[in-house]
Amino acid sequence: MGYKIKLELFEGPLDLLLFLIKKEEMDVTDIPISQITQQYLEYLEVMQLLDLEIAGEFLVMAAELMRIKSRLLLPPEEQPAEELEEEDPRAELVRRLLEYQKFKEAAKRLGNFESTRKEVFTRRTGEILNLSEEGGEAYFETGIFDLITAFSKVIQRLPKKILYEIVKDEFTVEEKIHEILHLIVTEPVLYFSKLFEKAKSRLEVVATFLAILELIRLQEIVVRQKALFDDIEILRNTEKVQPKVKENS
Amino acid sequence: MEDSSGSNESIKRVIEALLFVSESPVPIERIGLVLEDLDSSEIRKAVEELKNDYETAKRSLVIQEVAGGYQMTTNPLYALWLRKFLKKTHGEKLSGPSLETLAIIAYKQPVTRQEIEFIRGVNVEGVLKALLEKGLIRIQGRKEIIGRPLLYGTSREFLEYFGLSALEELPPIEEFVQQGEQLEASLPEDSSEAATPAQQDTQNESKEITS
Repeated sequence: MGYKIKLELFEGPLDLLLFLIKKEEMDVTDIPISQITQQYLEYLEVMQLLDLEIAGEFLVMAAELMRIKSRLLLPPEEQPAEELEEEDPRAELVRRLLEYQKFKEAAKRLGNFESTRKEVFTRRTGEILNLSEEGGEAYFETGIFDLITAFSKVIQRLPKKILYEIVKDEFTVEEKIHEILHLIVTEPVLYFSKLFEKAKSRLEVVATFLAILELIRLQEIVVRQKALFDDIEILRNTEKVQPKVKENS
Repeated sequence: MEDSSGSNESIKRVIEALLFVSESPVPIERIGLVLEDLDSSEIRKAVEELKNDYETAKRSLVIQEVAGGYQMTTNPLYALWLRKFLKKTHGEKLSGPSLETLAIIAYKQPVTRQEIEFIRGVNVEGVLKALLEKGLIRIQGRKEIIGRPLLYGTSREFLEYFGLSALEELPPIEEFVQQGEQLEASLPEDSSEAATPAQQDTQNESKEITS
């Protein structure tokens, strides 16, 4: 079970066709259908080779291309001049391509509007909220040294007698990673000190700490604090998961 | 009751204060609820004046007409410093598929998912969901055809997000037509493959167009 990568380059079959048309400097209204069919299929092959997931729509279009191609190869039907001009088998495809192209251009224009608007800041936008989520207090990301400092404090606070119990319990970093991940789903903010409060042994504290470091490395969590030496807060690294969305007020 | 001739200045100050505290664009009617004695044309005039005042004063703030209202924003000239201050990069932009889908909805609304998919040639279910979550589009009802599919349209947030005062500010879709007319006029009757190689040498460009 390998990973399937979704090819973002070509959003869909129409996109790929437009790309090929542009690349080969073809005339959209007069597409050499066998040439483009061949190239289209070659692209699908490469995508397959790279083990990219090919959306069903790509295959539907491949079939459509081959249908058009075969219709062009057939001699024109000997029919009474009822419909004076039999429609070019490519016509429907051309219409769709042009229609799609129109909206692609329109989308580009929207993108320009977006960029322009991003140059402008308003009162309390979503971004500012991110800077100071609760009550307008600013946070900064906690560095590794702050973490270690906090850690050593926890270690020092451990009651001595408990140290003898080490042998009894075993904690793995992996377990702790899972534990933290579970906790952080239900609680938006974990406090560093709280996390260690119920730790029963030095080994458990160490495992927890290593788990935090590992989760930071994996970009699953972020740590921050309001002020230097303040309690460290642990949060889910939501930025990685999903882009920030402006809150609807 | 001070003299009403000079009130214009104080009206502007009131509006300025309203715009300052507002997080989203303020419609004229909303200002009218505060300045009860004024009709909307008077308010509009005052806002426009205020807008001009800001422009001529070259302040770092400007007043923009956005999403059917007025909004105080920073001047784009200061984006660089603000980004630095807010510790943000250029910010997440909408993806290509999102923009395409939005463009189709903006111009074709109200529009069903099937209609969008026909134009884009791909499934847009996920994109629509994301756009709904972002509040950029809204469900406007159902189309009275078999299956009664949902109809989508753009929201007020859409206008705000793109800094548009109204949908009419979007360039007409015809502007994006490039070779469109050519198509209607001439779908060449001789397919470039298969048939009629004999014709190719003859100079019949003019012929081709007629049909």
